[in-house]
Amino acid sequence: MMELDDQGASRPEVRSATAEEPLVEAKGLGVRRGGLWLVRGVDLTIHPGEIVTLIGPNGSGKSTTVKALLGIMDTAEGRVQRRNDLRIGYVPQRLSIDRTMPLTVRRLMTLTGRHSGAEIDTALSDVGIAHLSSRPVQQLSGGEFQRALLARALIRRPQLLVLDEPVQGVDFAGEIELYELIHDIRERLGCAILMISHDLHIVMGQTDTVICLNGHVCCSGTPQVVTASPEYRALFGTRAASALAIYRHDHDHVHLADGSVVGHDDGHDHRHDGHERKVSKEEFDAG
Amino acid sequence: MLDDFFIRALVGGIGVALVAGPLGCFIVWRRMAYFGDTMAHSALLGVALALFLEVNVILGVFAIAAAAALALVLLQRQAVLPTDALLGILSHSTLALGLVLVSFMAWLRIDLLSYLFGDLLAVSILDIALIYGGGFAVLCLLAIIWRPLLAGTVSEELAAAEALNPERARLIFMILMAAVIAIAMKIVGILLITSLLIIPAATARRFAGAPESMALTAAGLGALAVIMGLFGSLHFDTPSGPSVVVAALVIFLLSLLSQSFRWRGREIERLP
Repeated sequence: MMELDDQGASRPEVRSATAEEPLVEAKGLGVRRGGLWLVRGVDLTIHPGEIVTLIGPNGSGKSTTVKALLGIMDTAEGRVQRRNDLRIGYVPQRLSIDRTMPLTVRRLMTLTGRHSGAEIDTALSDVGIAHLSSRPVQQLSGGEFQRALLARALIRRPQLLVLDEPVQGVDFAGEIELYELIHDIRERLGCAILMISHDLHIVMGQTDTVICLNGHVCCSGTPQVVTASPEYRALFGTRAASALAIYRHDHDHVHLADGSVVGHDDGHDHRHDGHERKVSKEEFDAG
Repeated sequence: MLDDFFIRALVGGIGVALVAGPLGCFIVWRRMAYFGDTMAHSALLGVALALFLEVNVILGVFAIAAAAALALVLLQRQAVLPTDALLGILSHSTLALGLVLVSFMAWLRIDLLSYLFGDLLAVSILDIALIYGGGFAVLCLLAIIWRPLLAGTVSEELAAAEALNPERARLIFMILMAAVIAIAMKIVGILLITSLLIIPAATARRFAGAPESMALTAAGLGALAVIMGLFGSLHFDTPSGPSVVVAALVIFLLSLLSQSFRWRGREIERLP
């Protein structure tokens, strides 16, 4: 992983985690679709118990990277290594369950594996929706549905919890609650978390490593280091650099204002090269 | 009154319905109705080829329907055309090819209508053995792939991320559909097979609270439709396949009525 030099000092617990065998490790990961690189040159390591957050504008390849790491999407170059028998709990970005399928919250819990009634009750009350057990999933609100999906992923006792935009469809107050819930769960289960988010301030407070993507890794490191880096400011604007202030980022706007980043065409590749050079000056490979 | 052929048709028809119900649920959940139609239409090409090569007709239909399904999956991956256009092309061209091939074989005197709309009189003991033997195998396989198939229906990515191999389940499911089309052809005919898959499943949705109970209810409602349809066909001297489908439709409409009555009842209860 590309880590910046002052990371180890501020986060001793991360350093101790790196001594263990990583859960997932990617080197030079690239995914290609229809002649275009969706994402390229991603180095990423997730150690047991670590929280890694991917941020970046729309279309920057965050979901693609996660899918390639999970083996759902084929990679065109690079190498992905997952620990043998890695237990993953996945909360996908978009999940629409057809109204023709009768599916209660309770039945959703055993979608990908068998679990006892007691385990289901515990998982549901852990995320605070025990009272919705017999409710059809199609009747849940955005926040309730995200909690149900979270419970479904947690009931598997995952070593790695993968959350793709876990707070979408949730109102602002609900977002903070949900992030707190995720934080609590992580404390309790000790699982690693790979999260995609564009909600910078809340995420960053709890994350060990932030990786800023824009078709490639722009910068990575601790939240403090990333928010201070020029690449991050170039991508997200200087307002976003006031690290832990309440800030809701408008991706589309920044994306358009930063003209050269639109799409993954030649112009982008050019920019990609420029970035690589800039980043490499300030970073060294700690992994 | 109950002649021997009628009991054979009844037993065979119920066997087909019991298998079609659970499979039909997945067709409804995965929005594959048109896909099923296309596979069924390709069955006539299977009939023609089987007669030409002098092999078992059910085997021919199974092979061609499975081949059509695999061709569709491959074409979908190429993403040359949107899926509905692909289905439209494959559905009608295989049907037309079948009709043309049959007309070439002038030495054969086959009753085209019996293949298109089912043939009550022609259900033999061998057919019943095939329906129950094949049907049992289909249901066993469906039970084995149930969890990955259901998880993949909810989200292919989620099932794949949690190591369930939904793609393999989906391919097996298509082969099971080809098998059901092959054994159901005698009862309802090529043009109406999809309705026996979809209508009981759609009706069952109104009474089921879980995927598993919906599958069982669909099987039961399908069997009921076969019984009603075949008795109706005997009584009114109507063709067997269409009569079964009309019976399934009647049950569906009755379920709509009962549902709207229940809703109205609930609304009245809620009034202060």
